[in-house]
Amino acid sequence: MSDRTISYVNAFTEAIQLEMEADPDVFIAGEDVGAHGGVFHTFDGIQARFGERRAVDTPISEQAIIGLGIGAALTGLRPIVDLMFMDFVLVAADQIANQAAKLKYMFGGNAKLPLTITTTGGAGLSAAAQHSQSLEAMFCHIPGLMIVYPSNAHDVKGLMAACIREDNPTLMVLHKRMLGQKGIVPEGRYQLPLGVANVARQGSDVTVVSWGKMVNDSLAAADQLAAEGTSCEVVDLRTLSPLDIDTVVTSVRKTNRVIVAHEAVRFGGFGAEVAAQIQEYAFDYLDAPVGRIAAPFTPIPFTPALENIYLPDANKIAAGIRETLARPLLAT
Amino acid sequence: MELTPARHLDMLRSMIRIRLFEETAGKLMEAGKMPGFLHLYVGQEAVATGVCEALRVDDYISSTHRGHGHLVAKGGDLSRMMAELMGRAGGYCGGKGGSMHINDLKLGMLGANGIVGAGVPIAVGAGFRNKYLGTDQVSVAFFGDAATNIGAFHEAANMACALHLPVVFICEHNMYGEYTPTEKAMVIADIVDRAAGYGMPGVIVDGMDVLAVHEATLEAVARARRGDGPALVEAKTYRYYNHHGIQNLGLKYRPDAEVLAWKERDPIFSFEQRLLDGGIATRDEMDDVWAGVRATIETAIEFADSSPFPEPEALLTGVYTRSNS
Repeated sequence: MSDRTISYVNAFTEAIQLEMEADPDVFIAGEDVGAHGGVFHTFDGIQARFGERRAVDTPISEQAIIGLGIGAALTGLRPIVDLMFMDFVLVAADQIANQAAKLKYMFGGNAKLPLTITTTGGAGLSAAAQHSQSLEAMFCHIPGLMIVYPSNAHDVKGLMAACIREDNPTLMVLHKRMLGQKGIVPEGRYQLPLGVANVARQGSDVTVVSWGKMVNDSLAAADQLAAEGTSCEVVDLRTLSPLDIDTVVTSVRKTNRVIVAHEAVRFGGFGAEVAAQIQEYAFDYLDAPVGRIAAPFTPIPFTPALENIYLPDANKIAAGIRETLARPLLAT
Repeated sequence: MELTPARHLDMLRSMIRIRLFEETAGKLMEAGKMPGFLHLYVGQEAVATGVCEALRVDDYISSTHRGHGHLVAKGGDLSRMMAELMGRAGGYCGGKGGSMHINDLKLGMLGANGIVGAGVPIAVGAGFRNKYLGTDQVSVAFFGDAATNIGAFHEAANMACALHLPVVFICEHNMYGEYTPTEKAMVIADIVDRAAGYGMPGVIVDGMDVLAVHEATLEAVARARRGDGPALVEAKTYRYYNHHGIQNLGLKYRPDAEVLAWKERDPIFSFEQRLLDGGIATRDEMDDVWAGVRATIETAIEFADSSPFPEPEALLTGVYTRSNS
């Protein structure tokens, strides 16, 4: 089985195609996923290959799209339903948070919901405040869901395959600005386990915890800092819920300084949960407060002039790392 | 198709099971033995029964917050239902769902639902599954008149029609959305008018007449089974008790005279009269049905009473399924 260089979006599509080939119960449904292949070409060629029965164009009805997935999953199929933009997830919030997430528990555990919800998050395309958000924290707050946010082509294929095979509802978030990013991706089927983080770069002076596109920005920041003689460890969470805090804590115990970098709004963001758990499990190892690099508390602006200021990036992460490193140890 | 006397008695039994289960639950609630909310189905028995008697065990239904009747009519076990309502480990959901989330997936009952209208898209999903697998099973969405004012209903109705799915929409028009008369919440009198907007046939039936509900449902189900798509049946009915709890008269939002007028048309007693008048069943046979159900209810109470509360460790189980394939 050989490795090739393909894009993030192609790796995603390939995972779906391979799982659809392997399991006749897997299908995709959503707005424009059929002939058009999805607005970001995430489902290109699937209908041509598997037909309209297994690649279903739906009305623009987000609640019913998720409901379709729930009903089909409860009765034995393994649906992939798409919500196009992460902002639209809110339109379907009841079906996701009150229904899909909770049915198993409310039914006393007597249900299986192998439902994968796919969507695209992230800003940077002048798509303004309703087509750019990173809302992962809202859904991490709901017990019963799994939230996955891959950072590269290799991971997206393995994590998407794991989502499809998962018997719990998963929310797979793709970042719009990573769709064309190339990476080495094995041919054939493989899965990466959900709930297991990846140390994307080894280092000794400071840990950067991140996910999705911000992992790439964190790695770029680490390159910048390497030139200054600072060794950064970058932890890619891959899955936000369940959270692999052990990998984070292991890294923090080694480096003693840590920042969390995410694209979502800082206030109430998932970084706050990561920071809280770090102080719960590694307080005695910290030489500085847990830093956070994230977006300001504002809707996402349209004009690039403001959106560029809004967005966290490698430079802001590097600045955050320098700040964390500059904090002196308390006198003992 | 002519129904046999035995089938008539089955329908009577189903309605009596619902009535006695609900009234018992109401009394247990008054006695402080039942926590939480209780939305009683009493008065609407002919709808769940008439519909479910037109279904096979492998057909699916989704339900509402007023869902006990649907599960009883689909063949639910009264003991496990009673235990669930009392929060016991022996209940359908191990005490973790309660009245509003009672379900039996083995009977195709995809759950009562605490969110108005939310079960309708789920029934559409089950209908999708039936078409996808090429089976002749159908999926039925039960919902109230008020649920047709919520987006999920419209999205689901349109999607079922657009995708041509084997789904039957059963609207139980009981005149009130919680504590507000339906006429204050919409300007149309008949929910069936909404069916045309999605391109499906709709029919109004007397929801106090189990045979009328049954006949209309048979037709809608047959249509869905043969691949002709969704249909809507609107059953005009009435709930005797308050939105929640067991008070029936003296409510500020509806006149007592109205309650009494509907009770004159009681679905169970009027059906009994028809069976007597038609020489289909004797008083003794019907009394035996009542006695049999009373005994089942006694058994259910004993089962529920003797079932333990869940152990503390049950709190954290079942949040995620642990059996990935």
